[in-house]
Amino acid sequence: MATAAVTPKPNYLNSEHGIRSWLLTTDHKRIALLYLASVTAFFFIGGFFALLIRLELLTPAGDLVQADTYNKLFSMHGQIMVFFFLIPSIPAVLGNFLIPMMIGAKDLAFPKLNLLSWYIYMLGGAFYVYGMVNGGVDTGWTFYTPFSTAFSHTNVVAAALAVFIVGFSSILTGLNFVVTIHRMRAPGLTWGRLPLFVWSHYATSIIFLLGTPIIAITLLLVVLERTLNLGIFDPTRGGDPLLFQHLFWFYSHPAVYIMILPSMGVVSEIVPCFSRKRIFGYEFVAMASIGIAVIGFLVWAHHMLVAGISLYAALIFSILSFLVAVPSAIKVFNWTATMYKGSISLDTPMLYAFGFIGLFTMGGLTGLFLACLGVDVHVHDTYFVIAHFHYVMVGGAVLGFLGGMHYWWPKISGRMYPEMWGKLAAVTVFLGFNLTFFPQFILGYLGMPRRYWEYPPEFQVLNVLSTAGASILAVGYLLPMIYMAWSLRYGKIAGDNPWGAAGLEWKTQSPPPTFNFEETPVVTWEAYNYDEIPAPEEVPVEQ
Amino acid sequence: MSAHPSSEHIIPSKLYYIIWATLMCLTVITAVVAFVDLGPFNTVVALLIATFKATLVVLFFMHVKYTSEKMTKAVILSAIFWLMLLLIISLADYSTRMLG
Amino acid sequence: MSNSQAVVSNQEHDQEHIPELQHHFTNMNQQRNAASLGMWVFLGTEIMFFGGMFLAYLIYRIWYFNEFAIGSRSLDIWLGTINTAVLICSSLTVALSVRAAQRGKRKTLIGLIITTIIFGLGFLFIKGIEWYQKFKEHHVPGASFDISDLIHKYPNVPLDPHHAQLYFSLYFALTGLHALHMIVGVGIFTVLLIMAWKGRFTPEYHTPIEIGGLYWHFVDIVWIYLFPLLYLIDRKPIK
Repeated sequence: MATAAVTPKPNYLNSEHGIRSWLLTTDHKRIALLYLASVTAFFFIGGFFALLIRLELLTPAGDLVQADTYNKLFSMHGQIMVFFFLIPSIPAVLGNFLIPMMIGAKDLAFPKLNLLSWYIYMLGGAFYVYGMVNGGVDTGWTFYTPFSTAFSHTNVVAAALAVFIVGFSSILTGLNFVVTIHRMRAPGLTWGRLPLFVWSHYATSIIFLLGTPIIAITLLLVVLERTLNLGIFDPTRGGDPLLFQHLFWFYSHPAVYIMILPSMGVVSEIVPCFSRKRIFGYEFVAMASIGIAVIGFLVWAHHMLVAGISLYAALIFSILSFLVAVPSAIKVFNWTATMYKGSISLDTPMLYAFGFIGLFTMGGLTGLFLACLGVDVHVHDTYFVIAHFHYVMVGGAVLGFLGGMHYWWPKISGRMYPEMWGKLAAVTVFLGFNLTFFPQFILGYLGMPRRYWEYPPEFQVLNVLSTAGASILAVGYLLPMIYMAWSLRYGKIAGDNPWGAAGLEWKTQSPPPTFNFEETPVVTWEAYNYDEIPAPEEVPVEQ
Repeated sequence: MSAHPSSEHIIPSKLYYIIWATLMCLTVITAVVAFVDLGPFNTVVALLIATFKATLVVLFFMHVKYTSEKMTKAVILSAIFWLMLLLIISLADYSTRMLG
Repeated sequence: MSNSQAVVSNQEHDQEHIPELQHHFTNMNQQRNAASLGMWVFLGTEIMFFGGMFLAYLIYRIWYFNEFAIGSRSLDIWLGTINTAVLICSSLTVALSVRAAQRGKRKTLIGLIITTIIFGLGFLFIKGIEWYQKFKEHHVPGASFDISDLIHKYPNVPLDPHHAQLYFSLYFALTGLHALHMIVGVGIFTVLLIMAWKGRFTPEYHTPIEIGGLYWHFVDIVWIYLFPLLYLIDRKPIK
């Protein structure tokens, strides 16, 4: 009965019509949806390249594509996924949508800059697609010099400029978030009452602002070197290739924390809700977010441990890399402690949160193996590294994104997704993911190098398992696309707060009105006050 | 008719001219000192003068001395600190390369 | 933390009718503070942006001090010093223009903005002259790069042309990036000129001038560092 055609109340989706009202909007919620469409499109392009990689690796011989083509596939898969999906995904979609609501504001501090950031993203995306269509890029996602500056015959300039441009989109997003969180909190909403989702986006924004400019200047130098033949990174002319790597990783390591912190914020919202319990150690989780952001800037050369940096530098970076695991571990303990003696319900968002906690922990711990100098000598540039970062980026960040999308879908769309399909997709993603990437830990340990298009026959079984997993994972990704689109028309009408969740965003209607609240809320309660909020009477389960 | 916004402090133009004159003098000094042999201290002196000039611009021309906003100072100091992190920690590699 | 927005002030009710108040802000103070913080945060990112090139400069200056020293000597110290002075004068006019806006002096404001723009263009003009000089001397990195004139002039200093090219690459990259920021600054102040001409600024509302001024001062500060780093590496008398 709740799916009948009820005339919806005025909300941000039906307040204006026509393509101009979307392309010229300054409403943070609409901009979030513009980003959702863009990042999803890039996700599937990057995923397509991954599929081709896995198909090639079904057999030991290089028989699907040529070696040069294979180099392009893994390079573009990486660049698209990192720069055009993972980095923007949660901040630009869920962050944009939710942060003003979570702090009781009508919009972000700079709505027009928000729209500009999306257009800049699209411009960067256009440059990248041009480079892709024009023959691709084969430098690895990392643009290492002097190959990228002097030897590659591919569209390095287009790709580098694309990433340079899209970096400014990040910077504007981070700027908007920082100013908004500082200046636009509702009366009574002190820092100590902020949702942890907001804290983690604040920490992420610090990284956006302080790190992104470095990759911007670095890629600019690569473009200048390639076009004007300068020699800054050319060893035959006195340049230092490691200078490029220092500059590149000074951003790109903190960038991985850009990718994970927002997901952690999502998990910090989901776990208390589906445990019906206040988060354990709120201050620790908040401070751990800032800690990850800060310490994350001190460890970059652990990507260069065997590249030729001095042994002393390697020791320092190794120790610092062990240190950076501590705040992440604190969060895992706190999430787990929150669940202890809680009233757990295994709705789809919670399944993703569980998946996150387990897979992120595995990925994080394997990062420690890599930080260990002696071990790194053997597993650097092998599939061990690939497995490690996919565990944190897919098992962590992507699961957080999917969990967040499901959790807030009722708020965003006013509809419930079909719960059974949600659970099915979550389990499919989890199983597919593990089958894809766990064998890769073993492959790397056994010595299979990364970025290789062919491999010794004894590695085939594990590679076949991995490819099989990838196809299951692909199904897991496609399912939500289908049923969420279905739900827009046929999904159960969600009320204001179908999950019985804490947070200002749940106090307004679903979907929210354009200016979010009828009246600016005045906050007099602590965050995650689940002892005061009744559980939802009807947990939305559709069998 | 509203009064000036309460947080605004109008600096007398005389102070601006004094700061300007100081900056101009320091510019001449830094150029002249470059021709004097101070050994390794030439660089130190040049950077100290530059930093002093920059501080004057930040405090007076950019009104940081007169603002009550804690965030302004926090942002400036954080950015400078972060740049120092990049430079100093990279030097940890470069300065020890010959050692091992 | 700051509770400036926690208390609903009496001013708010009056300010609801101010046309410059954007709908998502509660009062002009909040809007102004947000704009100011936003610009400062942006300037923070700019420190990191230039900073990346400072790392490259730092490393290569240590490695190739001779080439950097001689390359530095080949720059015109007079033009460099004059340009530094020009920017300092422009920062003065910018600061005075904010003051004029605070005091509601429209004509003074317009005059100061125009002067600032002239100083900015003057800086760019002198920089153009310097670059042209480098071009004529074959010190521009690329196919025609040639420092035989410097090798000839300083016979006792061992110079590797490749390493010297690194100096000049960084010289052009740094001053070029700076010049780009100056051009943007001139553009911003042109927009401010138009706004001031139309009488958009009052003692109550002149935020664009304030934050435009912050940007301009930052570009000045970058030059305050570039000047000694590029022009004054080693000007000691050669024994």
